[in-house]
Amino acid sequence: MAKRAALQPRALFFGLAYLLVSAGTWSADAPRAPATATTSAGATTPTASAPTTTRSASPVTSAVPPGPRTSIPDTMAERVAACVACHGSEGRATTDGYYPRIAGKPEGYLFNQLLNFREGRRQNGTMSYLVANLPDDYLREIARHFSARNPPYAAPQLASVSAATLERGRVLATTGDAARGLPACAACHGSALTGVAPATPGLLGLPRDYLNAQFGAWSNGARRAAAPDCMARIASRLSGEDLGAVTAYLAAQTVPAHAVPTDVSALPTKLPLECGSVPARGAP
Amino acid sequence: MNKYLKRALQVLAVLIVLVGCVLLFMSYLAEREEPVPGRAVADGGAQVARGRYLALAGNCAACHTARGGAPYAGGREVQTPFGSVYSSNLTADPQSGLGAWNADDFWRALHHGKSRDGRLLYPAFPYPNYTKVTRADADALFAYLKTLAPVAQPNRAHALRFPYDSALLLAAWRAFYFRPRVFEPDPGRDAQWNRGAYLVQGLGHCNACHTSRDPLGGSNLKADLAGGLIPVLNWYAPALTADPKEGLGRWESRHLVSLLKTGVSEKGAVYGPMAEVVYKSLQYLSDADAQAMAGYLKSLPANTTSPSDAPPSAESMARVMEAGGQLYARHCADCHGANGGGFTAAYPSLAGNHSLTMASAVNPIRLVLNGGYPPGTAGNPRPYGMPPFRLVLGNDEVAAVVTYIRNSWGNQAGPVSSVEVGRYAAVPLE
Repeated sequence: MAKRAALQPRALFFGLAYLLVSAGTWSADAPRAPATATTSAGATTPTASAPTTTRSASPVTSAVPPGPRTSIPDTMAERVAACVACHGSEGRATTDGYYPRIAGKPEGYLFNQLLNFREGRRQNGTMSYLVANLPDDYLREIARHFSARNPPYAAPQLASVSAATLERGRVLATTGDAARGLPACAACHGSALTGVAPATPGLLGLPRDYLNAQFGAWSNGARRAAAPDCMARIASRLSGEDLGAVTAYLAAQTVPAHAVPTDVSALPTKLPLECGSVPARGAP
Repeated sequence: MNKYLKRALQVLAVLIVLVGCVLLFMSYLAEREEPVPGRAVADGGAQVARGRYLALAGNCAACHTARGGAPYAGGREVQTPFGSVYSSNLTADPQSGLGAWNADDFWRALHHGKSRDGRLLYPAFPYPNYTKVTRADADALFAYLKTLAPVAQPNRAHALRFPYDSALLLAAWRAFYFRPRVFEPDPGRDAQWNRGAYLVQGLGHCNACHTSRDPLGGSNLKADLAGGLIPVLNWYAPALTADPKEGLGRWESRHLVSLLKTGVSEKGAVYGPMAEVVYKSLQYLSDADAQAMAGYLKSLPANTTSPSDAPPSAESMARVMEAGGQLYARHCADCHGANGGGFTAAYPSLAGNHSLTMASAVNPIRLVLNGGYPPGTAGNPRPYGMPPFRLVLGNDEVAAVVTYIRNSWGNQAGPVSSVEVGRYAAVPLE
């Protein structure tokens, strides 16, 4: 817990620093800061002396030396400058309340989403445009890069809903509603809701607007996944009130320090619903 | 009846008949079909391999594949100013694809722009280019398409607006804009030049985008390959002629080869629709064919005079340039260099980059707003990307920084207004 307390003021500081940069009052290039974290092959071993979680990403103490660059680092961090413009330094999300955190999500999940944007199963003009002409191998490498990042989480969003709504959200997330065929979020996304490798994303640290938008997109078919599309089925069973409750609850949670996706062995072999994008288990 | 009025009506009637005759004759030229028999080939396997290569060179799959759909099964929407056209199923399915076609039917489509049942095809299928393809190449293409696994996916009806959905209007369009004619090599040029011309004018269908179109959608062949704004997509396809400011005047053949094969070069990189063309088609060209296309393009003289921009007042320009310079130093110089030199293969050079200095500033405006990746190709599999700046910069700031890069390091072009930026900020990306 001591570690977690120590992270809070830093998270605040990052938030403030980012705001300053976005406002254009700072001349440093925030997304460039993580350039030391990867090897040229995009491997995930932190090569810098400080691990990602404790390294400062602030523009003030950026590792990039001042003055013009004489060469471009052959790193993934350099190559994904286009991603962090919206998803925040190292994919930690930004404070604007929409773009989701991608750092630390399971590699398989991120790769599936990049494919979905490229192949038209998810709708976001900028995402589809950016990945339209990138081959699978490279998309997997991009997914691996962000999957291996673990920057601190921002403080959770203050819930603007009643305590009863939050409680309803907690119940749905942790135990579900068997009467309506709704499994708990935790049944697939991990007991800590921080995701399960290789393809099930964590649900914490995401803006409520983003979560709401995804349920809307599943409901109207704008977001699709490999069949059977389990989340589309869940979205169709969720009432408006329950949806609002569960997203308010998820967005309001403080994320545990060192939150990482759990291993798939922590889940029962048979998921409550079949998911086409989660590889089948059990068979040798 | 008044003698003069009667006379005038007679003249008018004769004129109408004459115009009608001319139109009919033009239509005859567009529609006449002289049989060109196919020839049996000794090595079917080699023919299929050749057809596969030609299909890549013609980028057939790009239009004939829906996003996320089965390759060559059609269904991709091609938006035009006249409505939407949907590509057809080219797989070997007998009902919805080409399964029941023979090589003569395919030749008729490619060379004459007519379907198997004689229906006129819409020129979104670029048969004004494909008509130049030889019968042997058409047969190879068909032999390859016959090998595609059948996919039962019925073709979707086009959604063209009245009156563009009329077959009569299409026949009239063809009378004016289409003549079936196979490419004829220029005996005064060498084989490499002729190969390049054949690919550029035929399967490559470069002028489908790189030549401006008139209001009826016909290519403006007086300014062939002199560049044009691609309708609906709103990207500007630059001139491929020798014009130094708008076109390839400052490019060498090797830069072009690099661009076609890898998507990046010392002189610039491809983004937008051309990134797709390189990704899905041009990167697969043989070195010899890429060199032939580059050599042919480099031989094209400038056929237009660059419009001279009305110079803005020195005072307002100085103000914009100062603001743009500050923005450039803050947001751009780290990658593109203070001197606009860039880093080849990673970040394009901006100094002397014709994509910036063309009269139309739409490409740099949209790149600053939306960022982009060059295609991931065999020669450049892990491209570096440009971040979207639409969240960071306002329209007036984008205008200032684009004006700055259009007028620095020897570049010279007209200023860009925030209104222009606003217009392109609203254009959807797909």
